[in-house]
Amino acid sequence: MSTMEAPRAREPSALPSRPAASPLAAMLRQFGRSPAGVIGAIVLLALVLITLLGPTFYGIDPLDLAGAPFTPPGADAWLGTDYLGRDILAGLIYGGRATLTVGGVAAVITIVIGVTVGALAGFFGGAVDTALVKLTEFFQILPSLLFAMVLVTLFGQTLTTITIAIGVVSWPTAARLTRAEFLRLRNLDFVKASRAAGAGNGHLILRVVLPNALPPIIVSATLAIGVAILFEGGLSFLGLGDPNTMSWGLMIGQNRNYVLDSWWTVTFPGAAIFIAVLAISLIGDGINDAINPRLRKRG
Amino acid sequence: MNLLIHMTKQAANAIGLLLAVLILNFCLIHLAPGDPALVIAGEMGGASADVIAALRVKYGLDQSLLHQLWTYMSKVVTGDFGYSYYFNEPVVNLIGQRVPATLYLVISALVLSIFIGTLLGVISARKPNGWLSQGVTVISLAGYAAPVFWTGLMLLLLFGSVWPILPVSGMSDVARPKSGLAHLVDVVQHLILPSITLALVFIAQYSRLARVNMIDALTADYVRTARAKGLPEFIVIGKHALRNTLIPIVTVAGLQFGHLFAGAVLVETVFSWPGMGRLVYESILRRDYPTLLAVLFFSAVLVMTANIITDLVYRLIDPRIRSGPR
Amino acid sequence: MSPVLSVQNLSVAMKGASGIVPVLEHLSFDVAQGKTMALVGESGCGKSMTALAIMRLLPEDFVVTSGRVLLDGENVLAAAPQALRGLRGNKMSMIFQEPMTALNPLYTVGDQIGEVLRQHRGLGRRDATEQAIGFLKAVQIPAAEARVHAYPHQLSGGMRQRVMIAMALACKPKLLIADEPTTALDVTVQAQIFDLLSELQDDTDTAIVLITHDLGAVAELADDVAVLYAGRCIEKGSSQEVIAHARHPYTRGLMACVPHLHLGPAAANVQRELEEIPGMVPPLGARGAECAFLPRCAFAIDVCRAQPQPPLDVVDAHAAVSCWRHREIAP
Repeated sequence: MSTMEAPRAREPSALPSRPAASPLAAMLRQFGRSPAGVIGAIVLLALVLITLLGPTFYGIDPLDLAGAPFTPPGADAWLGTDYLGRDILAGLIYGGRATLTVGGVAAVITIVIGVTVGALAGFFGGAVDTALVKLTEFFQILPSLLFAMVLVTLFGQTLTTITIAIGVVSWPTAARLTRAEFLRLRNLDFVKASRAAGAGNGHLILRVVLPNALPPIIVSATLAIGVAILFEGGLSFLGLGDPNTMSWGLMIGQNRNYVLDSWWTVTFPGAAIFIAVLAISLIGDGINDAINPRLRKRG
Repeated sequence: MNLLIHMTKQAANAIGLLLAVLILNFCLIHLAPGDPALVIAGEMGGASADVIAALRVKYGLDQSLLHQLWTYMSKVVTGDFGYSYYFNEPVVNLIGQRVPATLYLVISALVLSIFIGTLLGVISARKPNGWLSQGVTVISLAGYAAPVFWTGLMLLLLFGSVWPILPVSGMSDVARPKSGLAHLVDVVQHLILPSITLALVFIAQYSRLARVNMIDALTADYVRTARAKGLPEFIVIGKHALRNTLIPIVTVAGLQFGHLFAGAVLVETVFSWPGMGRLVYESILRRDYPTLLAVLFFSAVLVMTANIITDLVYRLIDPRIRSGPR
Repeated sequence: MSPVLSVQNLSVAMKGASGIVPVLEHLSFDVAQGKTMALVGESGCGKSMTALAIMRLLPEDFVVTSGRVLLDGENVLAAAPQALRGLRGNKMSMIFQEPMTALNPLYTVGDQIGEVLRQHRGLGRRDATEQAIGFLKAVQIPAAEARVHAYPHQLSGGMRQRVMIAMALACKPKLLIADEPTTALDVTVQAQIFDLLSELQDDTDTAIVLITHDLGAVAELADDVAVLYAGRCIEKGSSQEVIAHARHPYTRGLMACVPHLHLGPAAANVQRELEEIPGMVPPLGARGAECAFLPRCAFAIDVCRAQPQPPLDVVDAHAAVSCWRHREIAP
């Protein structure tokens, strides 16, 4: 009786004609059908290329005093200069490297910790689960940005500390998600079958359950990059950036007191963060659609 | 009775977690590079050698770590979170002064975001492919991606120089009266921009959440039943569908209180709003560790409180949680 | 006496990506006061769509493409929104298949029954609750005074369906549509619910449209029956006549699936062949003009393939059937 019946009726005829492909390839194909995801991927790729190849075409060092302070955007400096006279465009190009790297590496740390905790909790259950859930809960009552701030303040303002701090405070979301997936999967027949066939816990976790839990984790990992970029921005904004490495957040943090006199110094780096995070969350949406095509209309 | 047991459990859990935060703080002081006494004093606090020596005695820094932990905990329990040499005041007093301003900001933003977010979500859910619905999707994407401090700075630019109709800094005007209605109006005017800035992020999320859940609710059987009963549309939506839509929003809002607080730190810094966030910024700038660590603790207290309130509200809205099967 | 409900030439279609697909085609039937009309068929044959179309509760993608639905002479399909609200829950009401999900989990059953009275009778909250207790008693819910404050999740499935019935009958409607009211319930509870419905009907003289695939219930409760297949009415008549002398191969097949119902005199070998109907109802959009039952029919001959499905042929005062071969199958 439901409205789903008619489209479902068409599917069987379409399925057999397709060659059986790996789930990842199928996901990629689905992803290609999501306009939002494709746009996001293109934009992010463009940003990465700009930060990688930019220096070859634009030879100004971001930390050099390239012009007079507060030069507005124009012929002297395309996007203007900051309060010290450093070139904004150069800052965007080099700063993007740092920001995107911090985002990517912090996301990896987030996911590694989160998936490990979540997988162990969900797979073993019982006391292990209780303890790990408590740990997760503990990390969740600490406002993560504040916690990261404390860590960076205490352990030093270097890009490494910042990256690790972001990873260390952001993992609970991934842990909860992974745990839920593992709880759902661990009692399914194919897991039981592998167990009966004598597979060890390590094999079961890494080779049997994890691959099946992967799709939502991939979405979560994608979004974690965006969150980490926002965190890097927030920390730098509060003066907790690495003063020796140009990053988008640092540009905003160092220039924000002069915002009323020089709008360009904060507007462009902020827009860069905005575009990067937007692209990443579009990619996340695209992957999500690829995994759950039926939910697509709801987004 | 059921509720009492539940609340007791919640409280015990909360106390346990908060004790853990204290232990974490203690560990952080000792793990941080450098002399713990210096950390306790605050690096740039201008504490003299005498003060450092006094601190060593006070916190028993020559004793065993376990003993030090005990000293630290027993001080905290009596409300002694240390002394800020930069502000020249006990940390507890500092936080006490700053909490109200932060609560004004956080609560107004929370109310604003739940209200507007739900409203947008509900309206757009009625026509899932209409322009408003597309608009909500765009807003929620943009609101998620825009760094809150940047949005704040952009609003500050707009209202600070382009179109100066709202105050962009502080909590009140020096020239205006400090009491009565005039003061209230003054504070509310100063609150508008910080509050909206902070709310935007969450409006984005809640409108999306409300939209998805409202679309679900509108196809639910009980909504069809409500229509079959001949109820007018505003009761069908406002009573039957809305309450079911609110449940996930309340849950998420409660879970995100920490994010809200973290956002407040950034927003307060942008608009010089004199709350805990501003205090955090100042104590980072001065390397005033006792204050920073105490803020971390008290923010955990706030999050904990928010969680408990959320749980109560959740029970209020959803009878399935409140009363078990009969 | 004019019928309470008169469905005339009703057609419903689904708007899909590939255009409009008929779901229900040219259905007509009448129900008089105090009488019960059963709509019978497998799932997917358009029964529920008929019910929802009468109530004007069709899901978003579905539209009425032809016909009228007269309730006491007033065309429901043309009623303005305001007037429609005045009809729903008041002059016509409906109980649904899933009592688990049809009640709002967040409000007490007293509130949900009282809501109808507050809306249509202008009662205050207290009076409405008072009356709700009365209705809970009428549907034989024990400890009604306490249960009026219960939430749906605290009641069993059977009790929830009783609550739905109380809610539907609260305003003494002229017409009650019951869409598979017992499908989701235990067998023992099913009988109780049917008994309750027929008792209440005796008291209130409500006309009932009963949607079911349970032919036993039809034999027991219904005065008339219409058998639907793939959105078309293929046989209709008094329930006694249709059950005693089923003429359409599909109806006979349905009958043969019910162990305790006996077919009328027919060739013995025919009955055995039909004990279960092979195949499935053709999916939406795959239905041509010819008889939709054709691919599953053991009696199909060339004329069935060459000609469109015949219109309902009135056999006698109590029965009509749409089959080229009904005279040979059930002489």
